[in-house]
Amino acid sequence: MWFPVSLNLKKPVNSKFTQQELPACKPILSPGWVITTFAFIGLIFIPVGLASLFASQRVVEIVDRYDVACVPEHLQDDKLAYIQNSTVDKTCTRKLKVPRLMRSPIFIYYELENFYQNHRRYVKSRSDKQLRSREGESDTESCSPEAKTSNGSVIVPCGLIAWSMFNDTYGFSINSKVLDVNKKDIAWNSDKYHKFGSDVYPKNFQSGPFIGGGKLNSSIPLSEQEDLIVWMRTAALPTFRKLYGKIEVDLEPNEEIMVTIHNNYNTYSFGGKKRLVLSTTSWIGGKNDFLGMAYLTFGGLSLLIAATFILIHLIRPRSLGDPSYLSWNKNPAGYSN
Amino acid sequence: MKRFVYINDNEASHDPYCDNRISNRKYTILNFLPKNLWEQFSRLMNQYFLLIACLQLWPLITPVNPASTWGPLIFIFSVSASKEAWDDYNRYLSDKQANEKEVWVVRDGIRKRIQAQDIHVGNIVWLRENDEVPCDLLLLGTSEPQGICFVETAALDGETDLKTRVIPTACAGLASELLYKIKGVIECPNPDKDIRRFDANLRLFPPFIDNDLCPLTINNTLLQSCYLRNTEWACGVAVYTGNETKLGMSRGIPEPKLTAVDAMIDKLIGAIFLFQIVVVIVLGFAGNIWKDTEGQQQWYVMYPVEGPWYELLVIPLRFELLCSIMIPISIKISLDLVKSVYAKFIDWDEEMYDQDAQCPSHAANTAISEDLGQVEYILTDKTGTLTENKMIFRRCCINGTFYGNNSGDALKDGELLNDVVNNVPDVVRFLTVMSICNSVVPTKSPSGEISYKAQSQDEDALVNAAAHLHMVFVNRNGNVLEVNFNASAVRYELLDALEFTSDRKRMSVVVRDCQNGNILLLSKGADEAILPFASNGQQIRSFSDAVEQYAQSGLRTLCLAWRELNEDEYTEWSLMFKEANSTLVDREWKLAEVCQRLEHDLEILGVTAIEDHLQDGVPETIETLRKAGINFWMLTGDKQSTAIQIALSCNFIAPEPKGQLLLINGRTEDEVLRSLERVLLTMRIATSEPKEVAFVVDGWALEIALRHYKEIFTELADLSRTAICCRVTPSQKAQLVELLKSREYRTLAIGDGGNDVRMIQQADIGVGISGREGLQAARAADYSIGKFRFLTRLILVHGRYSYNRTAFLSQYSFYKSLLICFIQILFSFISGISGTSLFNSVSLMAYNIFYTSIPVLTSVLDKDLSEKTVMQHPQILFYCQAGRLLNPSTFAGWFGRSLFHASVVFLITIHSYANEKSEMEELSMVALSGCIWLQAFVVTLETNSFTALQHLAIWGNLAAFYAINCIISMIPSAGMYTIMFRLCGQPSYWITMFLIVAIGMGPVFALKYFRFTYRSSAINILQQAEHSRAPIFRDFESPVESSEKDGISLPSTAQPKSSRSPVYEPLLSESTPNAARKSRGQTTIEFFQPPQNRLSYSRNCKNN
Repeated sequence: MWFPVSLNLKKPVNSKFTQQELPACKPILSPGWVITTFAFIGLIFIPVGLASLFASQRVVEIVDRYDVACVPEHLQDDKLAYIQNSTVDKTCTRKLKVPRLMRSPIFIYYELENFYQNHRRYVKSRSDKQLRSREGESDTESCSPEAKTSNGSVIVPCGLIAWSMFNDTYGFSINSKVLDVNKKDIAWNSDKYHKFGSDVYPKNFQSGPFIGGGKLNSSIPLSEQEDLIVWMRTAALPTFRKLYGKIEVDLEPNEEIMVTIHNNYNTYSFGGKKRLVLSTTSWIGGKNDFLGMAYLTFGGLSLLIAATFILIHLIRPRSLGDPSYLSWNKNPAGYSN
Repeated sequence: MKRFVYINDNEASHDPYCDNRISNRKYTILNFLPKNLWEQFSRLMNQYFLLIACLQLWPLITPVNPASTWGPLIFIFSVSASKEAWDDYNRYLSDKQANEKEVWVVRDGIRKRIQAQDIHVGNIVWLRENDEVPCDLLLLGTSEPQGICFVETAALDGETDLKTRVIPTACAGLASELLYKIKGVIECPNPDKDIRRFDANLRLFPPFIDNDLCPLTINNTLLQSCYLRNTEWACGVAVYTGNETKLGMSRGIPEPKLTAVDAMIDKLIGAIFLFQIVVVIVLGFAGNIWKDTEGQQQWYVMYPVEGPWYELLVIPLRFELLCSIMIPISIKISLDLVKSVYAKFIDWDEEMYDQDAQCPSHAANTAISEDLGQVEYILTDKTGTLTENKMIFRRCCINGTFYGNNSGDALKDGELLNDVVNNVPDVVRFLTVMSICNSVVPTKSPSGEISYKAQSQDEDALVNAAAHLHMVFVNRNGNVLEVNFNASAVRYELLDALEFTSDRKRMSVVVRDCQNGNILLLSKGADEAILPFASNGQQIRSFSDAVEQYAQSGLRTLCLAWRELNEDEYTEWSLMFKEANSTLVDREWKLAEVCQRLEHDLEILGVTAIEDHLQDGVPETIETLRKAGINFWMLTGDKQSTAIQIALSCNFIAPEPKGQLLLINGRTEDEVLRSLERVLLTMRIATSEPKEVAFVVDGWALEIALRHYKEIFTELADLSRTAICCRVTPSQKAQLVELLKSREYRTLAIGDGGNDVRMIQQADIGVGISGREGLQAARAADYSIGKFRFLTRLILVHGRYSYNRTAFLSQYSFYKSLLICFIQILFSFISGISGTSLFNSVSLMAYNIFYTSIPVLTSVLDKDLSEKTVMQHPQILFYCQAGRLLNPSTFAGWFGRSLFHASVVFLITIHSYANEKSEMEELSMVALSGCIWLQAFVVTLETNSFTALQHLAIWGNLAAFYAINCIISMIPSAGMYTIMFRLCGQPSYWITMFLIVAIGMGPVFALKYFRFTYRSSAINILQQAEHSRAPIFRDFESPVESSEKDGISLPSTAQPKSSRSPVYEPLLSESTPNAARKSRGQTTIEFFQPPQNRLSYSRNCKNN
């Protein structure tokens, strides 16, 4: 600006802030400090790691891959034909052995591998508005290509996710005694009460020429279709488990469980794997040694680093802030390197 | 190219010129939006973000809600638009105030009061005492009988003294009633911005029969924004109005300066952009392949067998959008913000507050503080910059007699006082020239005391000294000069004044002695402008000796001379002078030629010597800054010996045994060339010797060198740390700056006067000293300071901190953007390379402009070293100069860190949230909070000093992250409803967070510690020393002092440019501690390396 106003400034305000003199602490990375930090981290991490690992180890888990085993011998070469043939009986029986005592509740999961629920085309293909309430029924724009039937009426629930719902079913028995599977409360309450409307009923679902996955009972509102709700919580990883139900009795060691599987879901066309998982739980969740191992490893490494630094410090001590290290106090020939 | 102004011509239809409405506004209400948007979009980065935002409107390819880009974009745009709007509104207000001011104007022969904006060219404007001049006027009449008036031009050129303005001779003696009816025509040049020139003519119409062409000069004008002082009234005709006035023409928006840091940031952004393109192409390609192979088999994705034509583009474009966050959208706005804080810190700095002048330092340009820390060359003016420009008459030599040599003060020299009392003719003539050969205006206060208003400090000193010696200049009454000598009044009639120009380097007056009618030419000027014109018979040897002697003691000399003219000679010359005076083209040059015809055969009277004190702390300042590796060049209009003397006294150059001065001189091309080559040779050898070498060049040789031997001179400039250029013109100063800039040195020009303005504007950083020569330099400068010594603080404290802070802030901005982008890219590998975004729109939007922007802003408070340490070890500035903290290799470090951190966050997240926990929203929040935790610790690790504010920003931000996400988690319709509560309740979530922080920071921490302790940079060493307090300040002093004595301790002594590359690290100590310890005792001895050693070093560098 031309006008001289800016040059006739007043005397500056004197405050710690304006003078950049706010009281400050200036920690430096002194050996004592750093070594203590690493040692401390190591000492904290190892017990936490042990606890996590212990918790994870206490979880009893039975995993059974059944996608290949459930295809009859003679159809192994063409599994796709098997799964797409609606006349073939898809029932298959598996025997599972309980390795250790499993305390109730025992969670039943199905696990899919190489299934991209996080694919962009897939993950976007849903309409939260439609799921939430009846008013949003016609809000199916985002659901393409599973938005409307060929005659133009809306599909509820629309979209690829709902359309491809997992539909294998499992029945459990021990010594011919049927084990009850509780399929209530497997979805999140927040979903049941807020995301899926109690006045929204399935409509025109799976009525197209291609049938994707499971069908829905059109007389039950979406908020009670817990399998759908669970399925609609898309997984972020191509290998994932979803809750199927709960067994609410303890399973004794070495008991043999008979599982009757209705193997309906097509993972054969893309080489996906299906597994049935029975698992107890702990404070850390399901069986997952990763956290424990990572904590132990890093805790160990920290101690190692601390020890190394101590060694370096003892072998090659270096006094901090020695001015003779300053290059302008040093031999200028040092430049010639 | 002329304009004709018809005085008092009321027929407005003739009026082709604009009215007096001033408008500084950039916008109007109507064009604000389009114009501002257009301006903002002319920036490349904004175009890029607009393109991204538009692409996001295509739902098929957008990975997230378009709001995630539009939001920040609109936010950033509205911030800068409202800033512009506010500035423009203030301009509008000040315009309005000026436009609506009421002024008296003659309309139809009657004086009327109208608004200033309605003045038209040709109107006669009346002003009263203390009125502001509303437009450029040609003075027609004043209340003073002599036809003069006084104006204060401070707003125009910053000079606070009163200036005399006279009415043109044609109008002299007109009664004020006649002024209402006066008619005439003024022939004047088209509007320009030269406030020192107005080459025009006036011709009055009958009945004001002076049919002569009357020449006009700047002295006949009243320029807009000046104030009328000490004059009851004045009137003038409007010549230039509105935005066409001299003031209006010199307004204008200066070219924005780009700092080296900004240039580097732009370069890095370009590099990131290229990287992004590569990523997009690779991933797009891979994505299309996956789609055609795997994707077709994944029935639930329902890929159509035959897609639309643009299908191949969809996945690359999706990745482009996904990766667009790689370029931090917030970086420019954060930088603008912190830069304005740096500027404020400069304004606020109490230690740079000039107690004498009651004026604080001021950063007019808020955008270039970082450059201060990277200065390599300082080009300084001498007078008023290094010195106080407080001139005191100290000695004189009158006709061979030296006065004041013993006492150091001629005014107290009894001999001189005696001679004055005894009316020794030489002395009297000498004193007469001293007192009236000038443009000084004496003013008498009511109490009878006489004070002088002088435009030049030298003249002021001379007139005051003459007054002390009983030759009192009492009054300037029109053309009559009254002098009181030994209590008797002497009158002179001023016939002509031959003004001073920097080319002529002298000024003269032609006066008629009223007692005897003799016509006298009185001259004063630089020795080389006076002595060659001495009359043939006179012996000038003694005068040049005197000049030499005075100059060697650092005094400014002026030679005084006179000549009696005979009547005929004068009349003849006077005609030529008048003619030259009324030319419109090249008037200055023609005048000089005419003056030359009179100024010869002078009788030299004597030499005056004026002392100009060095400013406080100048030697210390120069020493400190030179230790910081900054090279100093002194550019002065003064003569060589004075310049060298001043240079010696302010540590600019070392005295003989240690320093060596190499002269470049010569009048012809050959001589200059020979001299240049000789100096260059010496200089090359000298780089290997423990010697400070400086070259001295004068304006004439410089002109030749710059014109014909630019390469040689450039090489010389590269080699020389110090140079003294004397007798240089303003444009040569600017040329030298240009030369250094062309070698990619960061230059800082500092000066105080109007003759420094061009150099100040030319340099990367212009610093003006708001001194006695007015505010012109200060106003043109990027920084204005009160005293030269504030420069140390400006550079070492403000410049250095600004550079460090910006270096961290900008690289951190890249780091955090790359971090989140790398996570997205990693995620795409497990989502079928389909371009799914792991993070939701809200998170992405808030991440860049919120979660990660706030903590880092507190880096404006960060100080790696205390101010005291930096002042004690100015060498540390080398890190900033060489750009060690922000360059491609440090950026590579940050790039690597973000890649590492992205992998840590991603891998830990997907492993600990595997299987039944792999729910999309949860996993995305885990990854996001991992990023936020890491960034909090990164900022913590990189912060050197923690104030309460920093803790608040870093940890408060972390808390705010949880608070915000918990609030969003309470909204049922939000995608992440309940997610945050769920996560916070899981022990495994917290365990995961700690794991991410530990694994992410552990190696960084260990590495930093290792480098800090075992590969310490000089900064680290000083930090350690600062912490342990004790040894450094005790031990340190001795080696520093001894190295000073050797004078070769500076790390950058004549270092070739190549070694200044930012990656090259000679400052780091490489030797083992034991070796260093051994050498400690011998430090000083080892300076005396055999010269061959160092010679080979410099040769090595050249080979690089």
